[in-house]
Amino acid sequence: MRYVDEFRDPVAARKLVAAIEGQAARLDRRVRIMEVCGGHTHTIFKFGLEEMLPDGIELVHGPGCPVCVLPVGRVDDAVAIALQPGVIFATFGDAVRVPGSQGSLARAKASGADVRTVYSPVDALQLARENPGHQVVFFALGFETTAPSTALAVLQAEREGLGNFTVFSNHVTIVPALEALLEAPEQRIDGFVGPGHVTMIIGLAPYAFIAERHRRPLVVSGFEPLDVLQSVSMVLAQLLDGRAEIENQYRRGVKDEGNRAAQDAIGRVFELRPSFEWRGLGSIERSGLRLTEAYARFDAERRFAVPHHSVADPAACRCGDVLKGVIQPWQCGVFGTACTPHSPIGACMVSSEGACAAYYGYGRLSTARRLEGSR
Amino acid sequence: MSDHPLFQRIERFRRRAGRVREDVVTQAHGGGGRAMRDLIDDLVIRNLGPDLQADEDQARIGLAELMASGDRLAFTTDSYVVSPLEFPGGDIGRLAVNGTVNDLAVGGAIPRFLSVGLVIEEGLPVATLRRILKSMGEAAREAGVSIVTGDTKVVQRGAADQLFVNTAGIGVIPRGVEVSSKRVRADDVILVNGMLGDHGAAILVARGELKLACDIPSDCAPLHTLTQALLAGVDVHAMRDVTRGGLAAVLNELALGSEVGMQVDEVALPVRPEVRGFCEVLGLDPVHLANEGKLVAAVPADQAARALEILRAHPLGTHAAVIARCRAEPPGVVTLGTGFGGERILDVLVGEQLPRIC
Repeated sequence: MRYVDEFRDPVAARKLVAAIEGQAARLDRRVRIMEVCGGHTHTIFKFGLEEMLPDGIELVHGPGCPVCVLPVGRVDDAVAIALQPGVIFATFGDAVRVPGSQGSLARAKASGADVRTVYSPVDALQLARENPGHQVVFFALGFETTAPSTALAVLQAEREGLGNFTVFSNHVTIVPALEALLEAPEQRIDGFVGPGHVTMIIGLAPYAFIAERHRRPLVVSGFEPLDVLQSVSMVLAQLLDGRAEIENQYRRGVKDEGNRAAQDAIGRVFELRPSFEWRGLGSIERSGLRLTEAYARFDAERRFAVPHHSVADPAACRCGDVLKGVIQPWQCGVFGTACTPHSPIGACMVSSEGACAAYYGYGRLSTARRLEGSR
Repeated sequence: MSDHPLFQRIERFRRRAGRVREDVVTQAHGGGGRAMRDLIDDLVIRNLGPDLQADEDQARIGLAELMASGDRLAFTTDSYVVSPLEFPGGDIGRLAVNGTVNDLAVGGAIPRFLSVGLVIEEGLPVATLRRILKSMGEAAREAGVSIVTGDTKVVQRGAADQLFVNTAGIGVIPRGVEVSSKRVRADDVILVNGMLGDHGAAILVARGELKLACDIPSDCAPLHTLTQALLAGVDVHAMRDVTRGGLAAVLNELALGSEVGMQVDEVALPVRPEVRGFCEVLGLDPVHLANEGKLVAAVPADQAARALEILRAHPLGTHAAVIARCRAEPPGVVTLGTGFGGERILDVLVGEQLPRIC
């Protein structure tokens, strides 16, 4: 298949792995590289990349899974909106099974809430057109990758004068989260594989502080397995040279300045909240997006009574430490026993981009082999 | 009095096969009266006969002939609730016949008799029901099974989604045939009879929600002649049809059932380029997509070539392939050797496979 197979060529992969082995040998110390984006986590496990890397290179899985970083309280808010009479609650499929304190959206659906899975905010707009007697609420999730399409849907609703379409915005921005991570005393990250899709929108400039202030390399990466291997190699090259720079491996998709039109759409419709709660990372200043006053009539939080309770994670769940890269998923006490993809306790076990789900679903054997080897 | 022409004319008409004149099914068609008789005569018997023993409350099956063809009965049931009812490559009726035929076939049985239960939502167009029952009758004739008994219910609007179909099937297992999910051995190999994921992709496309234009027909087909050919030629240890949950689900069942490990070779998996592309776009994996005309078989490694030859000689096995090797360790675990050089777990999905969001 064109545009896919050339990025999955096993011969090229072996060459890259050999290069990485050489770099690791020359570095001669343990290196922890965080892939920020859940899409990369998925690629790493789906293609078994972790097992191909030398022992000294540890991949740490970051906070870039939008469903995983959604705090329990916001899930409860979503369920509360979905349960209101006359509401059609439109959501991406990943969010349906995320447990809130009173159950998930799937549970609400089983009790009669009209929860519909959509593939884009455009589908939610169509639901609003087709159901003029209902309030259609779009559960807006994700980083700068998905925020532009939500913004465009709101602008389209405005043009059409749709009075029954609102957005429950949980959009977040990645840079403040990285900042919070780097400020945390317990973190030990040597470099980053940067998020390709987010950077496609925001460009390279917002990461400058990582290189300048924190002296860590960041390489923006594509999502095919060869992309990720090459990006790891580029991070190692910087570490060997003693450089700390923001580099772009994903040139075929990411322009240095990002996508201005998408940035404008976000800027027109959204503004930064003073602070927003992240699962595991706590409240982070200026990290969440809400609709501006001018678009208040499309804001579900202003149209519906939303409880807005902050709810602590279940005590046994260590999603927060996993999201910060402080522990690996298998080091959580409930991993694979009380918490599995079939009955998740934490969000990292739900989404296919969550590190726990990836370890359980794809990586538990290679992890066991690795642990066995280092015992 | 009974020979009066008026009376005789009425009696003649009472005995005539009924006909449905309405354009949609109504509650009256399930009420047990004349309207129901019309529906059964005109739609059910006309299409699913001639073996339907509609005059009795039960089908009666002679034992002697069954005992001559095997020493055990196989008995299975399945309900079909697919949406949309009709899709490229099949419909709920054809699916209900082939699905149950295949459940019998992979146990080594020769499928013989089916029952059919219809739960119809009022308002279903009669023309749709007629097409589906006609297709069902054709599928039964093609598969060589007799539909011998059945039931029809009509429920209120909203109590069912257009049409649900249940079929149960009886088959005969010939003496000496022993296939079981507990019989997979560590030195077996696993074969599949062809392209994976066609049915799942066809249904998702046919739902129209994805607004994807691609032409992938369902692989819906009866597998019993294929299974019989295979059983005649090699020592088949285990066989399963690959349906909901896809290849991943069925291999995990076999691995856990026999406590053997399996390593699947991703490169060897037969998948149409269209289905691969469809999965790439949506973030799905062909190993989790549903099939309706595929089976996996575990055979001893030294009989793999013969098994492949038999499968490929059959019209439903032209793309057959050896896709996995069994091993002792780790027991019950299925892994996938990626085309990329890595190895990962191949587990069952939790629920439905859904596209990733970013």
